[in-house]
Amino acid sequence: MAELQFREAIRAAMTEEMERDEDIFLIGEEVAEYDGAYKVSQGMLDQFGPKRVIDTPISENGFAGLGIGAAMNGLRPIVEFMTFNFSFVAFDQLLNNVAKIRYMSGGQFSFPIVFRGPNGAAGQLAATHNTSVESFYAHIPGLKVVSPSTPEDGKGLLKAAIRDDDPVVFLESERMYGLKGEVSDEDDFILPLGKAHIVQEGDAVTIVANGKDYYIALEVADRLSEDGYQAEVIDPRTIRPMDFDTIIESIKKTNRCVVIDESNPFASISSEIAFQIQERAFDYLDAPVKRVTAKDVPAPYAKNLMDYYMPQADDAYEACRQVMYV
Amino acid sequence: MASNSQNPSTDAAKDDATTTAEEEGFNKPQNEEARPDPLDLPDTLELEETFKVYRGGTISHEELDFDTEKLLEMYRNMLLQRRFEERSLQMYRKQKISGFLHLYIGQEAVSTGSVQSINIGEDSVITAYRDHGIALAMGMDTNACMAELFGKKDGCSKGKGGSMHFFDREKRMFGGHGIVGQHIPVGVGIAFAHKYKQDGGVCLTFLGDGAVGQGALHEASNLAGLYDLPVVLVIENNQYAMGTAVHRAFADTDLCKQAVPYGMPASVVDGMDVFSVTKAMREHVEMARNNQPSLVEIRTYRYQGHSVSDPANYRTKDELEKKKSEDAIIRLKSYLIDNDLSSNDELDEIDEEVKQEVLDAIEFSDNSPLPDLEAIYDDVYVQEDYPFLA
Repeated sequence: MAELQFREAIRAAMTEEMERDEDIFLIGEEVAEYDGAYKVSQGMLDQFGPKRVIDTPISENGFAGLGIGAAMNGLRPIVEFMTFNFSFVAFDQLLNNVAKIRYMSGGQFSFPIVFRGPNGAAGQLAATHNTSVESFYAHIPGLKVVSPSTPEDGKGLLKAAIRDDDPVVFLESERMYGLKGEVSDEDDFILPLGKAHIVQEGDAVTIVANGKDYYIALEVADRLSEDGYQAEVIDPRTIRPMDFDTIIESIKKTNRCVVIDESNPFASISSEIAFQIQERAFDYLDAPVKRVTAKDVPAPYAKNLMDYYMPQADDAYEACRQVMYV
Repeated sequence: MASNSQNPSTDAAKDDATTTAEEEGFNKPQNEEARPDPLDLPDTLELEETFKVYRGGTISHEELDFDTEKLLEMYRNMLLQRRFEERSLQMYRKQKISGFLHLYIGQEAVSTGSVQSINIGEDSVITAYRDHGIALAMGMDTNACMAELFGKKDGCSKGKGGSMHFFDREKRMFGGHGIVGQHIPVGVGIAFAHKYKQDGGVCLTFLGDGAVGQGALHEASNLAGLYDLPVVLVIENNQYAMGTAVHRAFADTDLCKQAVPYGMPASVVDGMDVFSVTKAMREHVEMARNNQPSLVEIRTYRYQGHSVSDPANYRTKDELEKKKSEDAIIRLKSYLIDNDLSSNDELDEIDEEVKQEVLDAIEFSDNSPLPDLEAIYDDVYVQEDYPFLA
């Protein structure tokens, strides 16, 4: 096992895959000469040269579309959005082109492409730079959406995403790039898409969380443990396709669930998880499913407001105690 | 790269190319010594641009190395597009075809002339939603195209795309795209992959005059110019974006000038003469083969409304009749007869053949089954166990 920063694990995944397959290239703003806006691609220009690590102007619609055309014509692009906040000027490329052309062509074309970059809140950046995008993209049939929580998951899932023949939206986090963790040094370590991770087993309550919220879930599980309750923590790892089977099996054991979700609450991933649980495990529930989400407002700038905006461990802890009626 | 050996055109293309991806990559050097100091300002900045014009009626078939057989094939091809669309309009009125139906009638010289400049199956083509003409010009199966309009299982997109979404992977027809302008970056990306793989291919990216108003053209043109990509951007200026005339949409109606900021050569072509289109497109494709992206504005005219529900009240009957008098098919017919290359009888016979081919396509489409309901989940993902939600 090696201890890597999250950014290093992402870089290792890209590097290993690019060494393996010459059709893979990395394109985006500041990925080459600048070594990556968040230093994820540091050193990759030196290793792979300017044919395969390519700087772009600030033209998300242009270079996302370029990547899609390149995938349609046989390459396997990795398109970096400096942050997913900027992906919406390219939204049509993801919604109408990469996700739908395969269908509209009767399956003649495939799109082995990864769109990756940081997602969600990153501090006091105000409303435009703090959007959690997962529900926007997970809504679209034709896309897969992955959101890793640890450096090891980041590496294993990104390698799977790059090898996948379908388009994958791969969501990282500015706040997590510096996070260190043990990463398997097993040769060609890969984690399959669409499989959830039961991080910790328990019988008192199921907590579903991923990305930054994963760490809130672990903190809450520790506090519950001190109170004498064992929470089961599930990290979905992949948002679409989501491994609902694992979540439902857990509900059948714990009979209660709290979902922590950094997105705005309306029509979010946590809404979908709650819906699936009521449909498939209604008779097993001893309490309504609870959600802990961002407040339903644009992200504010002031520090106290921003802290208040984000899902809080205290709120998640209280939500768990409420569904447990303790 | 291993993929090169599969394509015979690779080595020749590599020798011809002025720059290759392998030698220079796509990034401009960080510290170019020759880069002038941007604050070392001259007295004035001059802009001098000349655009080549390919006027109609100025080019002979000999100049293009077309023999009689080739000319008749082109005549037949233009006529096939015309008859196919006349019948599809009729079928629309009989409710055999639904949704949108944007007809290409009047613009056939653009498609037929353009395909004379490329190697079908090696080079690539992408276009917008008015796509029947180029599809047939590229030799896509007439039956499969009509069946697609009928929404049938044997359609070129299995009945999932309809009029706006014709595709043929084998012929490298990359669609048929419905959101105005958004396929242009995709076309530039197809060209990017040609350069990356060094397979010698180029991509013709067609767009309408309406797409010139989209920011996507700006972004895609800049990327094409920046990375020296083998692409020809072809504006099919049929003079109306839906009901909005070019002069009501653009501050400068010479759309070819859009190429200037991106370092691309550009020209203007009379799109009612298939010879002018051929000559222009060959010269532009040659530039693309040398990784010089460029832009062609082909001025043409659509006789029908924007779609079949449009009575085209925004233009006069006189204007339409004048344009019809410049019809590209009639022009080629007159050329063939005036130059003793063919006869009225022979050309009429071709017309009868084409009409029959279209009638056969209608019969084929009538007889083709509807797509299976179970097929609704096919082709969303490559991964086969969809729907993921059981």
